[in-house]
Amino acid sequence: MKPAPFQYHAPTSVEDACALLGSLEDAKVLAGGQSLIPLLNFRLARPAHLVDINRIPNLNRIYEQDGGVVVQALARQAEVEDSKLVAQRCPLLGLAVRLVAHRVIRNRGTVCGSLAHADPASELPATLLVLNGHMVARSTRGTRIIPAADFFTSVFETTLAPDELLVEAWFPASPGKYAIAEESRRHGDFALAGGVRYGDRLALFGVAPTPVLADPKNPTRGLQPSGDLEATPEFRLHLVQVVTDRLFAA
Amino acid sequence: MRVNGTVHPAPTDPRRLLSDHLRHDLGLTGTHVGCEHGVCGCCTILLDGAPVRSCLMLAVQAEGHEVTTIEGLAAPGVPLHPVQQAFHECHGLQCGFCTPGFVMSVVGLLGQHPDPTPEQVEEGISGNLCRCTGYASIRRAVHRAAELSKP
Repeated sequence: MKPAPFQYHAPTSVEDACALLGSLEDAKVLAGGQSLIPLLNFRLARPAHLVDINRIPNLNRIYEQDGGVVVQALARQAEVEDSKLVAQRCPLLGLAVRLVAHRVIRNRGTVCGSLAHADPASELPATLLVLNGHMVARSTRGTRIIPAADFFTSVFETTLAPDELLVEAWFPASPGKYAIAEESRRHGDFALAGGVRYGDRLALFGVAPTPVLADPKNPTRGLQPSGDLEATPEFRLHLVQVVTDRLFAA
Repeated sequence: MRVNGTVHPAPTDPRRLLSDHLRHDLGLTGTHVGCEHGVCGCCTILLDGAPVRSCLMLAVQAEGHEVTTIEGLAAPGVPLHPVQQAFHECHGLQCGFCTPGFVMSVVGLLGQHPDPTPEQVEEGISGNLCRCTGYASIRRAVHRAAELSKP
């Protein structure tokens, strides 16, 4: 067996899922699993309990709200990619989701899972941030709306409480000028550096512990990206400028 | 879960990955296992008709679903599936380790785009790694598969 032992739970309602998350110690929510299962396979994550939400009906809808689009917890990234509503109301989300890994991964991976996982190099958290969207979390204590700006706290860290389930994310309409650009070593890899533009707003990803808003006129100000085998900090700062120029050229 | 048309019970241990369940419990060793973190694409199977990574799913999650592996595309003795035939004709493989994953991804790709553009072919096979062919013959095979799939 590759993953370390865990107890498996497959609730069939949001209420049951929240009750489990509220009562279990060290539980992890399993949605698309495209980030969590690799972590389990490598035993980088060893939660005592897995709460698999895939058996919950009617949690995979994509629907209109306040002019924008709500994406529920089990809507697969491929469904968002193919959604006519997303193309109409929030085409920026449609562009961003196409940059997430590969179609075969997107067939299973979820938008809400990407948000909750909070990889700093991920496209979707930065997209929600630049659009000023929000997330809806449910627990036995009630429902909480969390603006994107208050959600991401550090690498893989969010303000989602251990007993909360991220049930949906709201992406506001994007009628203004929008664009997303990133540089990665291979197609479908996480970005070395990337940026997403909406109007005059710019959010960067891959260059800080969380997605960050930046000044398009001086995008590298205050940034201290980390270096690794794939890119030095200086190269990442260079890419931030390149990407920003590209986003605001049009 | 139903695998290639036959109903099988799910494994008792929830830690069993779908890829390992197919290979070790059901003996369907056509599904190959490479990286086990979703990068190489060797373990790609169809879940309810859509290609997914079997190493990134627990076998218990496939309960109630339809799984198709490379063995399920064409039974022994009957003509190859058009995608298999195209890989054969265009030399879309050398060592063959990545081939089952490529074939299953391409089945999914042609379901989505029956007449794919070169860009859609590139995008469609970008999630599968091949260390032998250099991809040129695989690209040709995908276009040939689209031709062969036409009624």
